[in-house]
Amino acid sequence: MQRIGVFICWCGSNIAATVDVERVAAAIKAEPGVVFSADYQYMCSENGQQLIKNAIKEHSLTGVVIGSCSPRMHEATFRKAAASAGLNPYMVEIANLREQCSWIHKEKEEATEKALVLVRTAIAKVRLNAPLTEGESPVIKRALVIGGGIAGIQAALDIAEAGYPVDIVEKNATIGGRMAQLDKTFPTLDCSACILTPKMVDCAQNEKIDILSYSEVEDVKGFVGNFTVKIRRKARYVDETKCTGCKICMTKCPSKKGLDEFNMKLNTRTAIHIPFAQAIPNVAVIDPEQCIKLKTGKCGICQKFCGAGAIDYTMKDSFVERQYGAIVVATGFKPINIDAFNEYGYNDNADVVTSLELERLMNAAGPTNGVLLRPSDKTHPKVITFIQCVGSRDVSGCGKPYCSKICCMYTAKHAMLIREKYPDTEVHVFYIDVRTPGKNYDEFYRRAVEQYDVDYIKGMVGKVYNENGKLMVQGSDLLNNEQIVIPSDLVVLATAIEPEPSVRKIATLLTASIDTNNFLNESHPKLRPVESPTAGVFLAGVCQGPKDIPETVSQASACAAKVIGLLAKDKLKTNPCVAHPNEMMCNGCSQCADVCAYGAITYVDKEFRLGGGKTEVRRVASVNPAVCQGCGACTVTCPSGAMDLSGFSSKQIMSEVEAICKK
Amino acid sequence: MQEVNKEFTPNIVAFCCNWCSYAGADLAGSSRLSYPANVKIVRVPCSCRVNPMFVLKAFQQGADGVILCGCHPGDCHYVTGNYYTRRRMALLFSFLNYMGIEKERTRVEWVSAAEGARFSAVMNDFVAQVTALGENKRLQDLRVKEE
Amino acid sequence: MNKQDILDNIKLLSGTDVKKCMKCGKCSGRCPAFKDMDIKPHQFVNYLAEGKLDKLMESKAFWSCLSCMACVERCPRDVAPQGVIEAVRATFVGMQNNNGIKAEDIPPMIDETVPQQLLVSAYRKYNK
Repeated sequence: MQRIGVFICWCGSNIAATVDVERVAAAIKAEPGVVFSADYQYMCSENGQQLIKNAIKEHSLTGVVIGSCSPRMHEATFRKAAASAGLNPYMVEIANLREQCSWIHKEKEEATEKALVLVRTAIAKVRLNAPLTEGESPVIKRALVIGGGIAGIQAALDIAEAGYPVDIVEKNATIGGRMAQLDKTFPTLDCSACILTPKMVDCAQNEKIDILSYSEVEDVKGFVGNFTVKIRRKARYVDETKCTGCKICMTKCPSKKGLDEFNMKLNTRTAIHIPFAQAIPNVAVIDPEQCIKLKTGKCGICQKFCGAGAIDYTMKDSFVERQYGAIVVATGFKPINIDAFNEYGYNDNADVVTSLELERLMNAAGPTNGVLLRPSDKTHPKVITFIQCVGSRDVSGCGKPYCSKICCMYTAKHAMLIREKYPDTEVHVFYIDVRTPGKNYDEFYRRAVEQYDVDYIKGMVGKVYNENGKLMVQGSDLLNNEQIVIPSDLVVLATAIEPEPSVRKIATLLTASIDTNNFLNESHPKLRPVESPTAGVFLAGVCQGPKDIPETVSQASACAAKVIGLLAKDKLKTNPCVAHPNEMMCNGCSQCADVCAYGAITYVDKEFRLGGGKTEVRRVASVNPAVCQGCGACTVTCPSGAMDLSGFSSKQIMSEVEAICKK
Repeated sequence: MQEVNKEFTPNIVAFCCNWCSYAGADLAGSSRLSYPANVKIVRVPCSCRVNPMFVLKAFQQGADGVILCGCHPGDCHYVTGNYYTRRRMALLFSFLNYMGIEKERTRVEWVSAAEGARFSAVMNDFVAQVTALGENKRLQDLRVKEE
Repeated sequence: MNKQDILDNIKLLSGTDVKKCMKCGKCSGRCPAFKDMDIKPHQFVNYLAEGKLDKLMESKAFWSCLSCMACVERCPRDVAPQGVIEAVRATFVGMQNNNGIKAEDIPPMIDETVPQQLLVSAYRKYNK
């Protein structure tokens, strides 16, 4: 018989206000097996933990039940306390009296009754608990970063700095990501390329960093400390080791009509191309959809002119398989598709552009060489109207319900840059709210208004229509209670951003959870913001939620710190709550191995004594405890009931059900 | 036919997976979104840990309704666990229905860790549904009552 | 009916939740009848949210609303300002029973250049 101690926490008034904690502690004393019960204001505090430790020693407790907040909150704390008092940590069970009782019920009587049932349920479980010991698994000292934008670059550099090898997998032909496309950055207005490209070069030169560009993650197996990742290296038809980046191929290629993705498809590029001048690796890539040789078999001009002999039209996708201890997801974002917002006329007017397109139109390396010309007739726009919140904060189904966070600041930046460079330009901004929290951010926005005379209009645009070549922007001016029409030459839409769609596949491969907007979930919104709930997977940048460059870089460095902390360990403790077969009952049917998502179950031939000196060799299941994640799928599948799960055994759950149903 | 008693409060067992639904229930708590007190949660690592035997046990012991909550399809922490749950329970619930346990007494729901509001709404709805059906007498072990 | 009942009834009839409004003004930005309205579509939503029944009832603007649904179509928060306007209009008409509004009093209130709004709304509602 177990000797059980029950500890009821008040959690200040969080539990005690709705649950009569003293009554619970007193009533529970009568339960069979309970030799000690107490209540205390804060069980998780130093004193509270001491109370538990003392009781374990004084009353020789073999099991502990704590009625407190969710086990997701403090299970680890209490297990640690029990362990320091000499009790096996897995002999501790938590009754969730806060999140699942006191916080949701208002009637004290009702909540107290429920609390009693919850504590009895935990007692029923702990009676059947068995001591468990954690196993160990090795840590592979290499990290994978998925995505080569500023988040991935920063994370990789920081991890490499600590001395661990890192691979960056980037799906495009060059690293750099969205930041490489930007012109200037807020709130300092320094040039994006000037601060990003040195970091890209650092990555290329760092011997600990291996850049796998034009590659995608194909498959992920394993678990924290021990991931095996299959990476598809897409055929770029150019040998990366031979290409010198001389660009002679680009001047000779006859297929010149491809749309330049780097310039937001505002101009054209050749089939063989280097995405932009500072690309890393500085190696050409052939667009197979556009290349005449690959499509018709006739051409081959680039091969003829390539002095390095780097062109290989027969190249096929290849695969590499590598092992990693930790994975950083930094897949970034893209602007949303705004086809549903036909009121802004984006698809009908070349001079209605998105903000990212404007970045390219203002960038010295962009299609207009940095001279702001409107796309339709290449003239200087004299009146420019910005529309904010295009698709953000939109619950109508056309856009995204969240605030994209960066648009207020970059719109102020664009307005300011235009007024600075072309003082004769009139700039209007339609806004719903201007959200500029952050160091020197609001000052930045105020500068746009006060120093640069940008006209901010509180209101929203209802429609944009073309009248005699002018874009008529009709919107409300709420402060004047007027409806106004601004004849404009260029209209800029501050388009909402969304996670890069490929993140869904990656999240599935990593079994990392994702929210309804395709943002990856963090383990805790405040206290574990860079870790995915999946152990060994970390999140950096916009894949976790909208954020600007400083926040992205901070999160990437935080990720790196977590990765370094993980890789610095030689061994990891493994979860002891894993499946184990009763070999006497196992009939060797293999059904458990079929349902196991991790391949943790294998079959072995084992010799069994039959009595009378006879033996028999039977095929039985064997679980690898380092690989088993403890889901329990096999336990239910097993037709003979031989498989059980430590910590969540069938008997334990049955007795919990029984305790709940008892009236 | 059973008489629907207004005072009747059903006893409901909810199996919640540790990663999504249990966290969703916690979020419902921290957002103070109430649901009836007669819902009691059993924490399981994954919804696929729920053996049909557990559901039968609950009804035998006098539960009036049983609900299983797991991660949304495709989001299972254990990759495929909730797919097994979906299949197993579809089969079990149709057997139970055949035996006279109304299918409204059983349910499988997907609640993510971010869906506290949904957890609360699902529980309120399920309790109302089971309350309307009244007490479950089928399968119940009468000895449990007498004790 | 007291004031609160009338307001609640308008909310019920409107079929929308005015609290969802984030005050962007896109409804008034799009409204083709904006110039003819003494209070604007966004003000209908705001007055109802603030419980200013007098402002709503004194207004002549609900006779000018074309029921074109542009505001409903464009609202990013699914608030449907036209639903509010129509609810106010219906409430106004309903409240005339006590004072006995005469049929011949109505035409002067209606803009001659556009179709009769009640008729248009009725078609929208029942022609499904």
